[in-house]
Amino acid sequence: MIPLLGIPPQVLFGQLLLGLINGAFYAMLSLGLAVIFGLLNIINFAHGALYMMGAFAAWLMLDHLGIGYWPALILSPLLIGAFGVILEKTFLHRIYKLDHLYGLLLTFGLALIIEGLFRNYYGVSGQAYDAVPDLLKGGNNLGFMFLPTYRGWVVVASLIICFGTWFAIERTKLGSYLRAATENPKLVQAFGINVPRMITLTYGFGVALAAMAGVLAAPIYHVSPLMGSDIIIVVFAVVVIGGMGSIVGAVISGFGLGIIEGMTKVFYPEASNTVIFVVMAIVLLVKPAGLFGKAA
Amino acid sequence: MRLQGISALLAATALASGFAMTASAETIKLGVLNDQSGVYTDLSGPGGVDAVRMAVEDAGGAINGNKIEVVSADHQNKPDVGTSIARQWYDQDHVDAIFDVPNSGVALAVQEVAREKHKIVMFSGPASSDLTGAKCSPTGVHWTYDTYGLAKGTGAAVTKSGGDSWFFLTADYAFGQALERDTAAVVQANGGKVLGEVRTPLGSPDFSSFLLQAQSSKAKIIGLANAGGDTVTSIKQAAEFGITSGGQKLAGLLVFLSDVNSLGLKTAQGLELTESFYWDLNDETRAFSKRFFERNKKEPTMVQAGLYGAAKHYLEAVKATGSTDSDKVMAAMQANPINDFMTKNGQLRKDGKAVRDMYLFEVKKPEESKGAWDYYKLIRQIPAAEVTRPLADGGCPLVKG
Repeated sequence: MIPLLGIPPQVLFGQLLLGLINGAFYAMLSLGLAVIFGLLNIINFAHGALYMMGAFAAWLMLDHLGIGYWPALILSPLLIGAFGVILEKTFLHRIYKLDHLYGLLLTFGLALIIEGLFRNYYGVSGQAYDAVPDLLKGGNNLGFMFLPTYRGWVVVASLIICFGTWFAIERTKLGSYLRAATENPKLVQAFGINVPRMITLTYGFGVALAAMAGVLAAPIYHVSPLMGSDIIIVVFAVVVIGGMGSIVGAVISGFGLGIIEGMTKVFYPEASNTVIFVVMAIVLLVKPAGLFGKAA
Repeated sequence: MRLQGISALLAATALASGFAMTASAETIKLGVLNDQSGVYTDLSGPGGVDAVRMAVEDAGGAINGNKIEVVSADHQNKPDVGTSIARQWYDQDHVDAIFDVPNSGVALAVQEVAREKHKIVMFSGPASSDLTGAKCSPTGVHWTYDTYGLAKGTGAAVTKSGGDSWFFLTADYAFGQALERDTAAVVQANGGKVLGEVRTPLGSPDFSSFLLQAQSSKAKIIGLANAGGDTVTSIKQAAEFGITSGGQKLAGLLVFLSDVNSLGLKTAQGLELTESFYWDLNDETRAFSKRFFERNKKEPTMVQAGLYGAAKHYLEAVKATGSTDSDKVMAAMQANPINDFMTKNGQLRKDGKAVRDMYLFEVKKPEESKGAWDYYKLIRQIPAAEVTRPLADGGCPLVKG
C-alpha cells in the first residue's frame, strides 16, 4: 500500500484505533466532570482521585473478597458513588453560593488527601489487576494491528455510558427537572421537587461515572495511587476544549483528542504529553467558551 | 507578660544550646535526598532513608563523641527543587554529605551544587554513567550501578543469545538517553543492529502506541530504556497487545525488584535483568534483608541496599580520618576497599565510580517461586571488570589531570 505522510497505512490505522481507545477514557471522565460542572457549578478536581478509588475498590474486592470483574463493575461505582454523596453532604453543599475558586481548592485538597492516604498504604508501584473475564481475554488480528478484546470492550462500554448519560439528561423527564433546577432552583423547588437531594444524587452519579472508568481502566493500566493525577489534567483540558458543562462537547472532544494524541505519538512522540494543551490554547483563542460551550 | 517572658527565655536557651552544639561536639549530618511521593518512591524513598538510618545505628549513632544525624527530603523529581534543597542543606543546615538522589536529571544538577560547595554527594538511585564520565566531580560518588553496567549485563547477554536487532523505547530525559546510548554501543560491539528508537515522555499512562511502532520495526528485541512505572506499563501492555507472544522479546534494561513485585510473576516471567544486589543471594544478604524487612515490610531494592553500603563506607572514612572534610574523607574512601554484605573487595575509583560485581538474573516462572518476594534466579555473576567502564573511556577530566 501507499504510505501516507511517510508512514504505512497499517500503522496509521493502528494508531487511530489506539487513539480512539484512549479517547474513550477521556470521554468517560470528562463526561462526569461536565455533568458535575453543568449542574452543580463545581470544578471537581477530586475526579482523578475518585477514578483511582474506583480502580482500587475493584482491586480490593478481588484481593480480599474474591469478587470478580463483572460484579465489581457495578459494585465499585455504587460504593464510590455513595462516598461521593457523603462528600457532597459534608463538604460541597456548603460552597455552592461561593466563587468557583473555593470549590476548586476544596476538591483539590480532598484529592491530595485521598491520594496521600492510598500512597501511604499501597506504595506507588501499583497493583496488578488480573481478573479479566474469559469472554474479554485474547484479541483479534485485524490485519493492520492486533486488537485486544478488552480494549474493544472499553470503547463499546464508553460509548454506551456516554450515550446513556446524554439521553438521561437531555431526553428524559428527570433530566429536564435537573436542567430546570440548575437554571432556577427556587422555582423548581416551589413545584415540590426536592432540589438539594437531586443535586446530591447528581454529584454521586458523576462520581460513579469516574469510578466506573476506574474499573474499566484497572486491567489495562496498573492500579496505582498516581493513576488519577496522571490523567486528570488532560481530562480538564478536554472539558475546557469541549466547553465547560457541555456533555456533547465533553464526549466529542474526549474521543477527538484521544485521536490527536495518538497521531502525535507517531509523528513527534516527545510532544504527545503536550499536544492537548496546545490544542486547548488554540481553541481558547478562537472560541473562549470552548467548542460546544455557550458564551457566559 | 509572664508567658512571654518564659517563651523568650526558652528561645534564648534553645539558641544558646544550638550554638554550643556547633561550637564543641560537632554533629555529623547525612542528608537523604530522594523521591518520596512519585514514581521512584518504592525503589528508593522512605526505605532508602531507613537503610541510611540502619548504617548509622550500626556505627553506634556517634563517631568520636560526635552525634550522627540523618535528615531527608523529597526532590519530587524536579531538578530545581533538588538543587535548592541541596544548597540549603550544604549552606545552612550543615549537612556533610547527601545520599541517593534517584532520577539522573536531578542527580546531574545536584552534582553541580556539590561541586560548587565542595561537598560530598553519594548517588545510589540515579543511573546515568555521565555522573562519572563527562560530568564527574571530585566530590561525587556513583555507588550502586550505572547505565554502562546495565548495558554490559543485559545488553550483551541478550545480543549474544541471538537478539541481534533492537528497537528502543527510551524515557525522554538524561537517564533514558544515557541508557539507550550505552546499550546501543554494546549491541553494536556484539554484532547486533539498532533499527530505531522512540522517545517517550516520562510517566505516559499508555505505551501501546509506542509498542506498536516497535512491533512494526520487526526488531527481535524491544529494549526498554526506562524505569519504574514506565517499565511496568510497557511490559504489561506488550503482553496485552500480543507483542511478546508474536515472537519479539522484551529486554528490561533497568528493572527493580519493586517493579517485578508490582507486575507479578505471571507477566514478568522470563525477563532477563541486571542488578547489583538481590536479597536472596547468600547468608549475608539474607541477614541484612531480614532486618530491613522487619522495619519496612518489604525486601530492599538494590538502591536501598546500596544506600546502607554507601553510608557505612562514608562513616568509616569519617572515623578513620577524624574529620568531615570533603578532601580527606574522599581520599580515605578511595584508599579503603569496600566490604559489606553486598560488595566484596570493591573499590572507589578516582572518577567517583564504585567498582563492584553485578548479577544477571532471570525472573522466575510463577510455579518456580516459593512465595512472596522469591522472584529471581541467578544466571551469572558478572565480574566487576566486565561491567565497569574503563577509566580512560569515560571522558572524566579528573582522570586526565
